[in-house]
Amino acid sequence: MTSRDTRKTTLVGTILEEEVVLSLGEVCRASRLSAERVIELAEEGVIEPIGRNPASWRFRGVSLRRIRCAQRLEQDLGLNTAGVALVLDLLEELEELRTRLGRIEA
Amino acid sequence: MRYKDYYAVMGVDRDATQDEIKRAYRKLARKYHPDVSKEPDAEARFKELGEAYEVLKDPEKRAAYDGLGTKWQAGQDFRPPPDWNEGFEFHGGGFTRGAPQDFSDFFDTLFGRGATGGPFTRTSGRAFHARGEDTYAKILIDLEDAYSGKTRTVTLEHTEVGPDGRPAVTQRTLNVRIPKGVRQGQHIRLAGQGSPGIGKGERGDLYLEVEFRPHRYYRVEGNDVFIDLPVAPWEAALGGTVKVRTPSGYVDLTIPPNSSSGRKLRLKDRGIPAKQPGDLFVVLNVALPKADTDAKKAAYADFAQAFEFNPRADVGM
Repeated sequence: MTSRDTRKTTLVGTILEEEVVLSLGEVCRASRLSAERVIELAEEGVIEPIGRNPASWRFRGVSLRRIRCAQRLEQDLGLNTAGVALVLDLLEELEELRTRLGRIEA
Repeated sequence: MRYKDYYAVMGVDRDATQDEIKRAYRKLARKYHPDVSKEPDAEARFKELGEAYEVLKDPEKRAAYDGLGTKWQAGQDFRPPPDWNEGFEFHGGGFTRGAPQDFSDFFDTLFGRGATGGPFTRTSGRAFHARGEDTYAKILIDLEDAYSGKTRTVTLEHTEVGPDGRPAVTQRTLNVRIPKGVRQGQHIRLAGQGSPGIGKGERGDLYLEVEFRPHRYYRVEGNDVFIDLPVAPWEAALGGTVKVRTPSGYVDLTIPPNSSSGRKLRLKDRGIPAKQPGDLFVVLNVALPKADTDAKKAAYADFAQAFEFNPRADVGM
């Protein structure tokens, strides 16, 4: 096991869900997908762009997480993009309900 | 090295058809997929499943595996027969999901690391310069860290392909300033701290998923924080001021007279200091002192006499 110590500097991060806004190009680079594929994901509702046309689209940071999850679910479970969009929405709802349930049981 | 019973992992008979294997895989994958499953060992099970399916779905690999015979038991010490690999020509299975570096030594020895595609095709291989992969890790922080924007030391372990082409575990320590107002489930993005790129490609990004360490007194829901505050019956009835510890320090809380258990007192904007700050809710919980001496029993009896109180009036009893 090798060890790399970068303790000298303090890294300052940003909160993906709140502060990060990405263009179509940035989403493609970060997720390593083609623009066509990212547009398809947007059309099926896996991610929600803000703006009228792809050139001016902006995505919230949480989109990267949804894309990553979508890619895995498609490959591993043989789902199509529309199915993945549904699964992601249901998972979010489930998460919300679990949180509420946790509060009631606490 | 231990023998792996891929048929047992997938829960199918040795004479299962390819269709049955595929169905079994889909079913178990839905059950153990780490994105979907809440099973505690989901990730390990899913990896094991991916490895088993990688072999059994491919008639070539499956035949080779079957060729080892049925005398092996799962977990038994295993050495491949000397004539292993002769006469078999493996084609890449096209299986892109489970990362091959996650497969077991058993798989490695039989099929090699390159069995899922050439040895260097781990990252699409489309260009000689490619951006490094984004990496993900979880960090456990204290709720107070999200209030104060403290710097935390994080040690990450991850697998990188070493110069010899084999994956090696690398450990690195980072100093990360926790962004003020971060919430459970959110991700801290550290640009350029992911896997190194290939050639001139830039490094990927590192994402840290935030999880709050469970706390005895605090409960978090979205931006809001809840505290259960035990109060004495007389504090609840007469009101008063109580010193309360909150994630941002002590506050003097005024309890209104005639409060009862479960009453929520809101301290506006004292929740998680996100862009839209949450509120802090103090939930009163009336604690009753034990009547364990004669004097205390007498006090309770006086109490009962002073009030003609039916606690069950509301429920019609």
